[in-house]
Amino acid sequence: MENNIIIKDNSFQRMEHKEQEVIGACRHSVWKDLKRELLSNKVALVSLIMLTIIVIAVLLAPLSPYDPYAIDVSQKMQGISTKHWFGTDDYGRDYFTRALYGGRVSLLVGFCAMLMTVTIGTTIGVFSGYIGGKLDMLLMRFTDIFLALPSMLLMVVMNALLQPGLVTLIVVLSLFSWASVARITRAETMSIKERDYVCAVKNLGAGSLRIAIKHIVPNILGPVIVAASLGVANAILMESSLSFLGLGVQIPVASWGSMLQGAQSHILDAPRLAFFPGLLILITVLSFNLLGDVLRTALEPKIVE
Amino acid sequence: MWKYCGKKIIETLIVMLLISFFSFAIIYIAPGDISSMYITADMSEAEREAVLEKLGANKSLPEQYLGWLEKAVHGDFGVSLSNKASVAPQLMRRLPTTILLMGCALLLSLLLAIPLGLWAGYKKNGIVDNVISFISYIGMSIPSFWLGMLLIILFTAKLRILPSGGMHTVGKESLLDTIQHLIMPSLTLSLGTLATFIRYIRTNTIGQLAEEYVLTAEAKGTTAPNILRKHVLKNTLLPIITLLGMNLASLVCGSFIIESVFGWPGIGMFAMSAIGQRDYPIIMAYIMLSGFILVMGNLLADILYAFADPRIKRGIDRANGK
Amino acid sequence: MDNLVEVKNLAVSYFTYAGEVQSVRGVTFDIKRGKTTAIVGESGCGKTVTAKSLMGLIHKPGKILEGSQICFDGKDITNLSRKEWNSFRGKECSMIFQDALVSLNPTMKVGKQIAENLTNHNKSISKAELKKKAIEILELVEIPDAERCLEKYPHELSGGMRQRVMIAMALVTHPNLLIADEPTTALDVTIQAQIISLMKDLQKKMGMSIILITHDLGVVADIANEIIVMYAGKIVEKGSCRDIFYHPKHPYTWALLKSVPRVDYEGKQALMTIEGSIPDMTNPPKGCAFCSRCPYAMNICNEYEPPKTMLSNEHEVSCWLLDERADLSGVPDEIRRLKDE
Repeated sequence: MENNIIIKDNSFQRMEHKEQEVIGACRHSVWKDLKRELLSNKVALVSLIMLTIIVIAVLLAPLSPYDPYAIDVSQKMQGISTKHWFGTDDYGRDYFTRALYGGRVSLLVGFCAMLMTVTIGTTIGVFSGYIGGKLDMLLMRFTDIFLALPSMLLMVVMNALLQPGLVTLIVVLSLFSWASVARITRAETMSIKERDYVCAVKNLGAGSLRIAIKHIVPNILGPVIVAASLGVANAILMESSLSFLGLGVQIPVASWGSMLQGAQSHILDAPRLAFFPGLLILITVLSFNLLGDVLRTALEPKIVE
Repeated sequence: MWKYCGKKIIETLIVMLLISFFSFAIIYIAPGDISSMYITADMSEAEREAVLEKLGANKSLPEQYLGWLEKAVHGDFGVSLSNKASVAPQLMRRLPTTILLMGCALLLSLLLAIPLGLWAGYKKNGIVDNVISFISYIGMSIPSFWLGMLLIILFTAKLRILPSGGMHTVGKESLLDTIQHLIMPSLTLSLGTLATFIRYIRTNTIGQLAEEYVLTAEAKGTTAPNILRKHVLKNTLLPIITLLGMNLASLVCGSFIIESVFGWPGIGMFAMSAIGQRDYPIIMAYIMLSGFILVMGNLLADILYAFADPRIKRGIDRANGK
Repeated sequence: MDNLVEVKNLAVSYFTYAGEVQSVRGVTFDIKRGKTTAIVGESGCGKTVTAKSLMGLIHKPGKILEGSQICFDGKDITNLSRKEWNSFRGKECSMIFQDALVSLNPTMKVGKQIAENLTNHNKSISKAELKKKAIEILELVEIPDAERCLEKYPHELSGGMRQRVMIAMALVTHPNLLIADEPTTALDVTIQAQIISLMKDLQKKMGMSIILITHDLGVVADIANEIIVMYAGKIVEKGSCRDIFYHPKHPYTWALLKSVPRVDYEGKQALMTIEGSIPDMTNPPKGCAFCSRCPYAMNICNEYEPPKTMLSNEHEVSCWLLDERADLSGVPDEIRRLKDE
């Protein structure tokens, strides 16, 4: 070993210590994190592709040569063929076209309910967490109670007794889902509120509302995005249940759930009618759930050991 | 400890009160006037007054609410609008059927979730874990009623081995027959809970396996199966008690839908038809009953958990300054 | 044969996202029978990983690298099967950990946890026998009212008692080697001393070897026969307790000694702190790992690893300062004087 060592003149002179570089943790923006994780994670990528296909297909529904509402008894209950990809239903309507239009409704309800849920939840959560004190206590008690309610039952009953329709559906869905979002955003707000930069901005004389909107909301985006993804999944699932019970969207408008309701009476003679809408629900909800979970892991601060 | 229980009971009462308020309010924001369902065109003015008096519709809303609540607390939910029979006994008669279904589903999901969750957690990120996790994701994402339909298609229409609905075959009332009728509904109902449990037990197992005491056990030469069985299992399952309480909600709500898919003659199906007929007293009673089951489940879980885990018991006692 | 354990060229790496973390980079040492060896170093220097390798407790993503050799009682234990490890651990060699509160199962009674160690290695042992042995060992570690202690949960005991229970649990099988990983760090100073003297007593009574892992040189003075000083996955200096305390050769050992508060300094000397932090072990420096923090580092220290120098049979140092060409200006007398010894 000694042989490999090349001794130079200055080898045994005192070394000059250089300033060590300080490697600090640098935080990327949420969006960059998201993009990187989505592209690198196979599960996320597949979910994303699935969702993109479904959304595009649903948006392009009017290109279908069939009218989703036109009844043509001569064509009723046809099997799967190149002409009718999913066959036709008991009124002779092309089932594939109906599934596309049904998807529009399901996704619309899912997204709108999620938007409302997240908006209400985040507003209450940030407000409660930021202001704190008695108000916080009051709001959180309220939230807890909402979390403990048998929401699905109340949804069923409210939908049954109120004027049925899309708007009712969306309002009712979000009315019983905001509480968990509020809990999460409150916790995040509480932790961010204590950070130095928020204090600094406060000392500079920024108003509370301004701080809340400009500095806190962007920093809780991560958990909110996760909640949103899981929220869409949940809303679509709930909508399908409600519509299946006949309490969601009303005839002749169809959603995947209400198509399943119609299919129930033909379950023994035409199981395909039940199969396709359910499969679409499963794929959509599964993709949103997987996406939400991947995002949750991705947005957690990573500890490199 | 008692203080903690007291606090939980008060919380439960508040939630129950709110549920009662909801179920009462729903009827009043619903379109249409209830009294119109009792009043027919050929009634005289005096008769109408009498009906209104009986319904309490001539009193103020808070008075009506309090009157209703007082009766409800005593188990009196009035008479059904459609069959004019007292509501409470009708519900109570159907309750055991629903409880049977829920109990079976719960048992099934626990029996499957514990080994699967432990296994997945132990083999973290391996093939087994990925398969189990994927199954639990599907369980979370599948509409339960659709799964029910698929099962009916498979087992009733194609294989012809299981009955599609109901609780008994007419004229045949054996235990085996009931079990056959029970298989599909409880399987369907359990899947959602099963998925939640698996995910929860898996995460918990991973967390517990990272604990120092597992290393200690390993350093004693404890084998992996014994570590899972003797050490991890108990610490993983204790929090499950709370989860059980929380999942009662999905069971209660789930049974509502599953009962209509399989024609299971429990309170869910009874309530469903009541909703169709706008039979308000039944709907109100049903909400109160389900809410009660749910809330009591939660309360019981919280208290049991506190008693079962020596650490929590101590934490609570310490918080109370003992 | 007076060596119980012989470790040669032990290297352990953890393969993480960030790359290969080289926790232990080729250490060689022996553990003598019935003696206490202390492994000293700051956190992250690889001392716990070294100990875990002796117990076969290196789990994924960690791996003992090719070429490492560990002999226990004359037997190579680097390639034991899972079953062989299970009968080895707890029976031949036991380990106790830093914080007894988290190292004992919180929901299992103390007695059961002690008994588990016995049943793991002897399935046919009777219940009465288990209880008898458990009480015996608890009495040996000086726990008052041993019988009642069996029925307690760990959190019902005080910190010192818990650590005693840990020791009892480890020793109930009469192992040949006890590895104590920072056994006193979580305890009060007075209790620290009690635990150390207890370990000393037990060693006298039971005759096992002890490996004491600590970052606190003050703890080991009393009990250790030999001291191994580790830095960044390597042994920088090892020797008898006397060698290390009175004739430290490596600037790191010297700095460690200076950072221990001592009564006999009488406030004349300030405690020393070691500036900087340990290097990134995914990419360890090619020269001496301590050189970025060493006040006497020379240019060569940055380039080449220092060779091992044997100063006596037992005293071994790896430092370029021991080279005769080294620039000794500014080096404190304590290290320099000893060079001429």
